[in-house]
Amino acid sequence: MSDPATPQSARAVMLDVPGLDALIAALAGAGFTVIGPRLREQAIVLEPIEGRADLPAGWRDVQSPGHYRLEERADGALFGFASPPHAWKRHLHPPEVRLMRARSTGSGFEVTDSAGDHAPPRLALLGVKPCDLAAIAAQDQVFGLTPDAPEASRPDPTYAGRRRAAFIVALDCGHAAATCFCDSMGTGPAVPADGGGADLVMSEIVEGGHRFLVRPASPAGARLLDSLPEGTGRPPEAADRAAAAAVPEATRAAQRRRLDPDHRRIVADNLDHPHWSRVGERCLACANCTMVCPTCFCATVEDSTDLTGDIAERWRRWDSCFTMDFSYIHGGSIRIETASRYRQWMSHKLSSWYEQFGRSGCTGCGRCIAWCPVGIDLTEETARLAGRAPAQNAAKQDSATPTGGE
Amino acid sequence: MSPADASRPKLAVFKFSSCDGCQLGLLSLEDELLALAGAVEIAYFLEATRRTVKGPYDVALVEGSITTAHDAKRIQTVRRQSKVLISIGACATAGGIQALKNFADHKAFIEAVYARPEYIETLSTSTAIADHVPVDFELRGCPVNKYQVLEVLSAFLNNRKPNLPRHSECIECKRRGTVCVMVAHGTPCLGPVTQAGCGNLCPTQTRGCYGCFGPKEGPNTRALADWMTGEMGLSPRAVGQAFRGFNAGADAFREESERHVPAHDQG
Ligand code: SF4
Ligand code: SF4
Ligand code: SF4
Repeated sequence: MSDPATPQSARAVMLDVPGLDALIAALAGAGFTVIGPRLREQAIVLEPIEGRADLPAGWRDVQSPGHYRLEERADGALFGFASPPHAWKRHLHPPEVRLMRARSTGSGFEVTDSAGDHAPPRLALLGVKPCDLAAIAAQDQVFGLTPDAPEASRPDPTYAGRRRAAFIVALDCGHAAATCFCDSMGTGPAVPADGGGADLVMSEIVEGGHRFLVRPASPAGARLLDSLPEGTGRPPEAADRAAAAAVPEATRAAQRRRLDPDHRRIVADNLDHPHWSRVGERCLACANCTMVCPTCFCATVEDSTDLTGDIAERWRRWDSCFTMDFSYIHGGSIRIETASRYRQWMSHKLSSWYEQFGRSGCTGCGRCIAWCPVGIDLTEETARLAGRAPAQNAAKQDSATPTGGE
Repeated sequence: MSPADASRPKLAVFKFSSCDGCQLGLLSLEDELLALAGAVEIAYFLEATRRTVKGPYDVALVEGSITTAHDAKRIQTVRRQSKVLISIGACATAGGIQALKNFADHKAFIEAVYARPEYIETLSTSTAIADHVPVDFELRGCPVNKYQVLEVLSAFLNNRKPNLPRHSECIECKRRGTVCVMVAHGTPCLGPVTQAGCGNLCPTQTRGCYGCFGPKEGPNTRALADWMTGEMGLSPRAVGQAFRGFNAGADAFREESERHVPAHDQG
């Protein structure tokens, strides 16, 4: 939310690279655990960071269907990568949550601990790209945090607690992988002018001096910038703003992959298309696509007891429409064929999500394409359903522009 | 024997052809072992105590595969004595690593290994408990995961369904935040066709899954193998051997391995 009392242009600040440490320190000083990109297991993951030294300086990812590798980049960019393997989702909608613990009282039971009893962690998410900002907005709606949400009257306590306590530093995207297609989904590569729900919006510029333009997008963001130590940064000049605006435009120009804009209708009109069974033959029903998807929200609830039966616990765990148990109702599973599970997933993402939430369930982040162990690609499957060979994606584009490109 | 013994369910643990690793998993429960001993009467568990109580048993955990005629007879007796029979581990649920002999000439093995082959009396195959008697529940793993053992016993004692996944190991990776070794490192991994439950041991060590927990529900081994021989450039032999591990005798893995490496060819 923008702050009408304080024109954002007046409060934006240019930080040099060490200035980023001042920003991270200010977030920590305000009581946030800062989550940001860092290297682990030859990938860029989103985990707690202490300072700028933890960021993946000079690394970018090369992604294609079923494939992800890191490569060095010459310009030393700190945020010069595309979608990391695991979305921010794991910090707001954790993979495993103990909903409650209860003790038997003989005649019944007494709840001794429930997820709602605990203050949520206060997380600052540093470097949220536009596609992932759109995904957080989609999950806000799923979990009942927006007025138009189907569950608006009873938001999910775990998600709502974490989300309301979170501080978001969004990032104009300076690097698209060959799996990215945010442009065709209208979610990126630039952060929306209204900030898209972020508190601060950042652009990384490497051309003509490595620096960051940081502008507030909410009152909390403005306060955070005000709290930076005296003498941190300088006001941006017109050239800085122009260079910052050029960053996502260069990324847009380099993005080749497209999802057919008519995807909603293509999927809905082709539910009996023979192509589903061809995908079903290749699909492993391993569920990776749903786990990495930043909007997929499904979870299962499991109750268990200890040996004596005196203590019981209820856990919520990420689940997937690709498992057999997911569609199990009395007597058996409904979606036995893998093809029907793939169809369920893709038609929810690209078609019925519109009916349910008034928007696409896909942001174009490309994770499901890269992290499918056998490279199944929903943009290509959509093109096939429409009766086209997916020529637009045929050329494997390995990477895009360096941050702040020409 | 405490007076409460009469009312506690009697637990028996039987061993067939196996390495004892799964029983050790039970003993390594440590913190929970006392609680277990309180909840059940450990009536027969030679790995833990020489004191034995005669059957029938309320629940029997059976480790190991059937590799001799004597085993094949004894499992019938065990079944008759046990109200609930749970087979534990890859040996009991799929024949174990010793099921590699199912793909070969077992006489040639015996002659190569033993100085006096005539002393060895064995079946030509190593088979799962369920191939011989009805089994109430199969607990996978090489070895089993001790928390799954505890879960299945807690469920049995409390008359509830155990929470044991049949889905892929990949779900364990993703819940845990492990970076996929197939996609990010090009390391072959059986996780997409393997049942979860080990605790994500290998991928967290940046190794591919060896398939210790056997085939997941509806495993699409063919599509994974095609990707490995195609995109990943593995030889058919390497792919065939990957499926010929601790669960080589599980149908889906056996069939896939035979597509790439014929039986009677151990490479
Ligand atoms: S469906 Fe795929 S590309 Fe779309 S948001 Fe989910 S993971 Fe990203
Ligand atoms: S589409 Fe790919 S990632 Fe998704 S379940 Fe099928 S094989 Fe797994
Ligand atoms: S490392 Fe293996 S088990 Fe884990 S997600 Fe990748 S393919 Fe699946």
